[in-house]
Amino acid sequence: MKFEKKDILGIKDLSIDEINLILETAESFLEISTRKIKKVPTLRGKTIINLFYEASTRTRTSFEIAGKRLSADTINISASTSSVVKGETLIDTARNLEAMNPDVIVLRHSAAGAPQLLASLVKQSIINAGDGAHEHPSQALLDMMTIKEHKGKISGLKVAIVGDIGHSRVARSNIYGLSSMGAHVVLAGPAMMLPRDIEQMGVKVFSRIEDAIADADVVMMLRIQLERQKQNIFPSLREYAQHYCLNRKNIKLAAKDVIVMHPGPINRGVEISPDIADDPSYSVILDQVNKGVAVRMALLYLLIGGNE
Amino acid sequence: MKLLLTGARIIDPAQNMDSKMDIFLEDGKIAKTGADLSKSVKSKSSGEITKIIDLAGMILVPGLIDMHTHLREPGFEYKETIASGAAAAVAGGFTSIACMPNSNPINDNRSVTEFIKRKAIEASLANVYPIGAISKDSAGVLLTEFWDLKEAGIIALSDDGKPVMDAALMRRALEYAFSLQLPVISHCEDTNLSGGGQMNESYYSTILGLSGIPCIAEEVMVARDILIAEFTKTCVHIAHVSTAGSVGLIRNAKKRGLKVTAETAPHYFTLTDEALQNYNTNFKVNPPLRSEKDVAAIKEGLSDGTIDVIACDHAPHGRTDKEVEFEYAANGISGLETSLSLSLNLIRNKTLNWPELIAKMSVNPARILNLPKGTLAAGTDADITVIDPLIKWTVDVKAFRSRGKNSPFHGREMQGKAILTIVGGEIKYDGR
Repeated sequence: MKFEKKDILGIKDLSIDEINLILETAESFLEISTRKIKKVPTLRGKTIINLFYEASTRTRTSFEIAGKRLSADTINISASTSSVVKGETLIDTARNLEAMNPDVIVLRHSAAGAPQLLASLVKQSIINAGDGAHEHPSQALLDMMTIKEHKGKISGLKVAIVGDIGHSRVARSNIYGLSSMGAHVVLAGPAMMLPRDIEQMGVKVFSRIEDAIADADVVMMLRIQLERQKQNIFPSLREYAQHYCLNRKNIKLAAKDVIVMHPGPINRGVEISPDIADDPSYSVILDQVNKGVAVRMALLYLLIGGNE
Repeated sequence: MKLLLTGARIIDPAQNMDSKMDIFLEDGKIAKTGADLSKSVKSKSSGEITKIIDLAGMILVPGLIDMHTHLREPGFEYKETIASGAAAAVAGGFTSIACMPNSNPINDNRSVTEFIKRKAIEASLANVYPIGAISKDSAGVLLTEFWDLKEAGIIALSDDGKPVMDAALMRRALEYAFSLQLPVISHCEDTNLSGGGQMNESYYSTILGLSGIPCIAEEVMVARDILIAEFTKTCVHIAHVSTAGSVGLIRNAKKRGLKVTAETAPHYFTLTDEALQNYNTNFKVNPPLRSEKDVAAIKEGLSDGTIDVIACDHAPHGRTDKEVEFEYAANGISGLETSLSLSLNLIRNKTLNWPELIAKMSVNPARILNLPKGTLAAGTDADITVIDPLIKWTVDVKAFRSRGKNSPFHGREMQGKAILTIVGGEIKYDGR
């Protein structure tokens, strides 16, 4: 199967076949990162721009390493050092970058839909590295890859996603991806963190974590964004931690062989207790990060390396 | 100048008139209407030249009035000027428009009102009626000088775009305005409930990851203003109704005999929030596009008379305001040149008949604003719109007279259009 898409804007746009192709391609790239010389010439002569309008350590580094292991030239532009502060519009920035003939632009932006805007304007491939509360496709793909490795499958699993669903692009991308791959997705969070009519995405919604994680094969905890608390969304982190933190006690409700995931960065003791996060019998959090490089290598390869 | 318009179907809801007739205009006024006027007019006005225009197959109606536009001048001339807005108005079939005060400076004092009126006279296209601000700077704190503004020429009051959150201030505004026979047009939006919202709060805002503006942000304010009007025995006009709940509240208020009137805009009976799925900022408008259920309720409200007026909330913007991330894009649709054609769909889908539609775009806004307009009665100003009901055309924003090219209807196939717009007996737009 050939990958036909120009851009990776969201999981919503991907077919099951395309998801499988990405995951299989990522599998084949896993080994490269274990070599002594962690580099293959696949994307030699290609240029990848990481255009990050939002702070990111994990995702940006992961895309950069992915590009470099495939021998592409990767350039990082972050909001603090780029022309953003000079008040240039996204459209002008995009056209200027386009004029320098990169092959892929990886975009992280706080405004939902920004990658769609960029993709409609430039001829290069765009990878959405997270846009507002919309989508974060590479995260969902690495999550699916991690689940598949640990559970051998995705179809038929019960996956609980817990936390601030409303502000989470990770939740949306995972709901699309996991549902289309046949998992049963359930959500839990305080009422003000559950966006309107989210049930229409084909998920069950609970207000208590205990109800959502009961018999779950996978528990995915979302980051509580501390910076959003000033908007009076939730009374206090203390109250959140008391009722929504995944801990030794409530995890007993899940399936015996449950795996615990988190897109990072973790607020230890808020959404997940440190002893769960660090317990290798539950936590696959660092494994997610490991898979992230392979998934991003696969995306880059399928978009710009697969045709030659 | 004398004009004899022959052979059109003349619809004047104010006089319950709907028949094929001729109409004769003289000295800027409507002289008379009747069957086969050509002989009597010729014999009577021998020696003087009378221009005769054959309008067989056309619909001739009182000059259309749009009571809710933004003309952007002074302050935002790159978006629109009074001249370009008035040109867009006549091209869209409107002989009179009322313009909201949110220019820069805001129309909260006599000098801005006089400036707008002077610019409108210089443009000499449509009649332009300024709407004054309810509060100074539309800041919602201190009332403006209603009396002085009225003497300067405002015909209504509104803090459109900056809703009056203080209920006590709104009460005082309704009372004082009522005593001066000035209508108050309320932009109903609780800004705490809508705060930061980008689109209708719904399944679509959820999947798009955009923060939502719930329908209750509008409805709690509609309810509030109805209650204030009831308590103070005054009247209030509800701007751009977008939700089923608002329609219900207004219907109920009217049943109770309250002096509440309401308008909606063509996009609220034409589009839904589903249209935002590709983040096209031309669909970003406030209040936001709502659901199918709301669209159905708006049509029902138009049909049963709950909604008195169609006004397009003409909100022209420059490219820089719209060609940005959705979150940063300005709200609004440049509507004057598509409003009539979109409204004609209401006839085809049996929501309204011809006289009902024309009433909502002429005599009803005239009555709400106390304008001696909106009728073809003899002796009134010769403001006339001629509509070709069958002509097919495609919306092309490049052809807009308005500086605002921000239309979600670009490329849409339309049927029906104004082809002749006459203001004060003079042809201001001829699209034949």
